[in-house]
Amino acid sequence: MATNTDTIDSLSGDWLARVEAATDLPSLEAERVAALGKQGAITQLLKSLGGMSPEQRQAEGPRIHALRENVTAAIAERKATLERAELDRRLATETLDMSLPVPLGEQGSVHPVSQVMDELAEIFADLGFSVATGPEIEEQWYNFTALNMPESHPARAMHDTFYLRAAEGEEAKVLRTHTSPVQIRTMMSQKPPIRIIAPGRTYRSDSDATHTPMFHQVEALVIDRGIHMGHLKWTLETFLKAYFEREDIVLRLRPSYFPFTEPSAEIDVGYTVVNGRRVLGGAEGFMELGGSGMVHPRVIANCGLDPDEWQGFAFGCGIDRLAMLKYGMDDLRAFFDGDLRWLRHYGFRSLDVPTLSGGVGA
Amino acid sequence: MKFTLSWLKEHLETEASLDEIVETLTRIGLEVEGIENPAAKLAPFTIAHVLTAERHPQADKLQVLTVDAGTGEQIQVVCGAPNARAGMKGVFGAPGAYVPGSDITLKVAAIRGVESRGMMCSIRELELGEEHDGIIVLSDEAPVGESYAQWAGLDDPVIDVAITPNRQDAMGVQGIARDLAAAGLGTLKRIEVRDTAGSFPCPIEIRIDDPEGCPAFFGRGVRGVSNGPSPAWLQQRLKAVGQRPISALVDMTNYIMLSYGRPLHVYDLAKLTGGIRARRAVEREEVLALNGKTYRLDASMTVIADDAAVHDIGGIMGGEHSGVTEDTTDILIECAYFTPKHIARTGQKLALTSDARSRFERGVDPAFLETGLALATQLAVELAGGEASQIVRAGSPPLDTLTVEYDPRRAGELGGLAVDEDRQRQILERLGFEVRIGLPWKINVPTWRRDVMGPADIVEEVIRIEGLDKVPSTPLERVPGVARPTATPDQLLERKVRRTAASRGLNEAVTWSFISEAEAEPFGAGAWVLANPISEEMKAMRPSLLPGLLAAARRNIARGATSVRLFEVGRRYLSDSERPTLGVVLAGDRLGRHWRTGKAQAFDAFDAKAEALAILAAAGAPVDNLQVLGGASDVYHPGRSGRLSLGPKNVLAEFGELHPAALKAFDLSGPAVAAEIYLDAVPQKRSSGHMRERYAPPPLQAVKRDFAFLVPVGLAADALLRAVRGADKGAITGATLFDVFTGQGVPEGRKSLAVEVTLQPGEKSFSHDELEAISARIVAAATKLGAELRG
Repeated sequence: MATNTDTIDSLSGDWLARVEAATDLPSLEAERVAALGKQGAITQLLKSLGGMSPEQRQAEGPRIHALRENVTAAIAERKATLERAELDRRLATETLDMSLPVPLGEQGSVHPVSQVMDELAEIFADLGFSVATGPEIEEQWYNFTALNMPESHPARAMHDTFYLRAAEGEEAKVLRTHTSPVQIRTMMSQKPPIRIIAPGRTYRSDSDATHTPMFHQVEALVIDRGIHMGHLKWTLETFLKAYFEREDIVLRLRPSYFPFTEPSAEIDVGYTVVNGRRVLGGAEGFMELGGSGMVHPRVIANCGLDPDEWQGFAFGCGIDRLAMLKYGMDDLRAFFDGDLRWLRHYGFRSLDVPTLSGGVGA
Repeated sequence: MKFTLSWLKEHLETEASLDEIVETLTRIGLEVEGIENPAAKLAPFTIAHVLTAERHPQADKLQVLTVDAGTGEQIQVVCGAPNARAGMKGVFGAPGAYVPGSDITLKVAAIRGVESRGMMCSIRELELGEEHDGIIVLSDEAPVGESYAQWAGLDDPVIDVAITPNRQDAMGVQGIARDLAAAGLGTLKRIEVRDTAGSFPCPIEIRIDDPEGCPAFFGRGVRGVSNGPSPAWLQQRLKAVGQRPISALVDMTNYIMLSYGRPLHVYDLAKLTGGIRARRAVEREEVLALNGKTYRLDASMTVIADDAAVHDIGGIMGGEHSGVTEDTTDILIECAYFTPKHIARTGQKLALTSDARSRFERGVDPAFLETGLALATQLAVELAGGEASQIVRAGSPPLDTLTVEYDPRRAGELGGLAVDEDRQRQILERLGFEVRIGLPWKINVPTWRRDVMGPADIVEEVIRIEGLDKVPSTPLERVPGVARPTATPDQLLERKVRRTAASRGLNEAVTWSFISEAEAEPFGAGAWVLANPISEEMKAMRPSLLPGLLAAARRNIARGATSVRLFEVGRRYLSDSERPTLGVVLAGDRLGRHWRTGKAQAFDAFDAKAEALAILAAAGAPVDNLQVLGGASDVYHPGRSGRLSLGPKNVLAEFGELHPAALKAFDLSGPAVAAEIYLDAVPQKRSSGHMRERYAPPPLQAVKRDFAFLVPVGLAADALLRAVRGADKGAITGATLFDVFTGQGVPEGRKSLAVEVTLQPGEKSFSHDELEAISARIVAAATKLGAELRG
């Protein structure tokens, strides 16, 4: 018995050594077949259990099974090692130049005017203003007459209006010279209280370094009971602080004249010169940003509302100018040129959506 | 409107500094656009006495002067002026002084071998006028060593104020002084008019035939005038504000106009024939105006004419022929009132602007005719001598005054600043309003304030003088809770498609709404054409976004861009409405050459289709149900373009390769493709709340089967796919085309289309027989289109 035990122990040692000595997967497979294959040595030993007496089998069985398990485990371990080495060898031959450039896909952009319009909508939504629109090819009544600019009014001549060809006997339509006709359309179609902004394209036949025949304006209108100049001032301050994301905005209302407001005021905003550029905030100097005032009682009446009951304010300013002041463009004409270099430089990514939580300035 | 500080002080008694005046003007609505003091640039120039004048040893035309400039030394100056002589006094600039008229800085220099330590100056060298015949000669009492500018009264800052169209009253110095007085900066001086009752009847008949256009014409003659140049003080004042002195009588009218906002006209009586009257012009009547241009008039225009001709485009510009000259001896001074509306209309029709028009069309003070004429006569006689006639007053100006009922609480309710009632009354009275306290207040508006018509105007007067800066910021009432969404469905749609396009690598452009008529032509021509375009290129309102984008693409390619992906979200202007649209132009390379993909690949029509579909999908359009129809507009290649339509009528988009003719018209050489998505045609789903349908993935896995068909070459692949999908709507959940092939093995006139069909089992897996039956239905459906299954 002892001899048999010794034999199995030495067999175990032999097989483990042979498994360990296999240097590649085929030779390891050969050892596996030799040991555990149908005719393998260890398989033969297992088969010999059948011819043993029950006592012998009880003694030998566990030892032979242990031998088989040890060798099986050793083969599996050796196989994993050899496979790993084989894989490493193969991978070592598979290198690529990972410095090769890859295309990222085209980077699109959103035009600054659209972005600023979204910013305005976001800020004013928080103040309870919705966005209103109106036609750009407008009737003279909405663009002028209803806004207290009768035909002979000197201000009407100051608007450099584009007129559209009209059929004989019909009044020519105009390209709206401002977004103010949207005020009229809103007051005529909606019951107060009203809080709207109206951004959009506007037109004047004027073309030089700082004027283009087409430009963008935003108009704000509040009609309610008891609205006064103090509300106008607060709304402007609140809007400008939110838009420029600065607390040091200094607003100065300066008495002025617009036919559709009374009292009227120019909006002057303080700026600071930083690196040769005017940055809004502080009060080193003041620049005009737009016009404002309390909606003229006659305009309110023209819209079918009772000016003794309803009053409110309106203001307007250039969207292109707001964009330039915030983002630093210095040439208005470039806004409408479609130069890809400019669009990529000043444009915004599609996911730069202005939000109150993320900040309205991208 | 320009005026000088000394001119202002003739109307305003004030101790205020220039800075205070300037700051106040802007604060009360008379915006100061500029301040210039001509003395500033003349500061280095002093009064000097020429002690000796000798001929230059080397040059006949030069003299060597010794000059006493009050510095205690004798200064040697070489001078070329013929009028320089010993004993005279003149204006001296020392080395270091900048000479504005010659743009040089003086230095010690040797002129023809003689040292010169400064310069005696001419009028032109000091930018005081054009004269350059010699150096300035000052009177003997001029104090040596003093500042020349100071002594000559040039130290008088010029203030330039922007006057808003409602404030005619501020188009004269006196009106500005009144506003400043109201703002607490001093006291308005009274106008002193001497009695100048005429000693003889007016020598000419004055009549009004057009009371509507010219309700009042006051006039009087002055005989025996001598119309030379006006005196220096007047010339200096006019020059300071940019007016050219002409003659004493013309300068007088300008001076009265600038001082009081009251335009006048002076006629040479000798040049008038018969009586003078205000009448309507005769159709096509002509007049040569003082600006040297001839104007053709029509019957809506008011003129002043004698029996022979028109002498004045009433209230706008006088005529050349009857103007005063230095030979004039007898004059007629006109002080009339023209109806603002008429003036505005005539001025616009003739495209003629003038100082008189800008005042009359805003409405001059109708109560100032008498005073204006008296002031004019007084000054005319003072400047040119002569004897004034009695006054003729034809017609009468509209003197009705307006009374506004006003509740002083309105200052707070509308202006946002509760101003004390006494203070309000004080402000209004200083501005010339008559206030009767009561409930409500009754306020008489002064005749010179045509712009004030109601309580809101009164509030403005009170608030602007009290100070807009005092109005406290007052928050708008806020609706409780989180701000509600405000965007409309249209606005949300626009935002979605814009950011989708940008996320797909397209760059958003904003192009002009107007294009040339030729560019509009392939899109059915512009329904709206400008009557007064800025140029032919910007004439028709665009019926499509593509022309603007194509022009932008061309500019980019000209700048060296090899791949252009542009889009725009904007309106098309059709005859019935303005339609929100998204336009896309792709030009040049879709893929540049690259080590992974090889040669550059150009855009083709399918790129345009992909953009159109992706954007439509983002817009919420049911893209799976869209049909591709032919018949896109003429700007596209007829065989490589299509319309995406929902049913036969509702076209949501057009796309395709551009027609070669269009490429040529836009000067594009490379391939270019385009698409336009009609945002207003995209059907919008009604909101059904936030809750989604219950999630129910199919319990069994889908099965895929491939079919290859030989079909007629002209068959649209889409038709086959639709037929396949429709073969068994219960089982087939997808059919995609994965191969299109013609060539070897495919008979002439046929093409091979290979389709992968996805079959979704329900509760049970498909049996072999079921799969066979579905296949048979698919093949049968395809066969109806002329397809045969490939072996």
